Amino acid sequence: MKNPLDSLWGTVITGFVLTAILYFVVKSLMGG
Amino acid sequence: MDMLPGIYRWIHIMAGVMWIGLLYYFNFVQVAALKAAQADSTAAGITKHVAPRALFYFRWAALVTWLAGAALLGSNFVAAFAFHAGFQKIGIGAWLGTIMLLNVWGVIWPNQKKILGLVQATDEQKNKARRVAFLASRTNTALSIPMLFFMVAQTHIPM
Repeated sequence: MKNPLDSLWGTVITGFVLTAILYFVVKSLMGG
Repeated sequence: MDMLPGIYRWIHIMAGVMWIGLLYYFNFVQVAALKAAQADSTAAGITKHVAPRALFYFRWAALVTWLAGAALLGSNFVAAFAFHAGFQKIGIGAWLGTIMLLNVWGVIWPNQKKILGLVQATDEQKNKARRVAFLASRTNTALSIPMLFFMVAQTHIPM
């Protein structure tokens, strides 16, 4: 499997996916 | 004294713009430019004259950003890093920023010193350093996206 960080847009998409995952982590931490 | 948090925030944002601006310069501009420059043998212009200067401001701006952010958190520093109630969003931002700072000083800069010839390294070590520094820089670019989201979210994005 290709490392997404090798491509610029793979890196940006990784960042957005990570944001979405952390959004739900924080929401659950906040008891939401 | 009432002005201090505002001044810390101002410094945090100015240094942060320089840090992340240079990070985006490296990733969005310089990587592709170096590839093209290597093809027509003009890469030295970048590696000798641009990259060392950009790296200087990049690594020191990273440190100033973190220190000003820590000063801004003040007595809430532990609450943020321990995700206490009301500090979960800024806590995630603070952790991501801290990981990025450690990446700059602990991984990117030591490897860049080998690549730029500031410390002795064999060709094999330089090639390995190039790959490690590249991936660390790309990791920071990816981390900057949620980091900025949660820094802003603390006061401006309801969740």
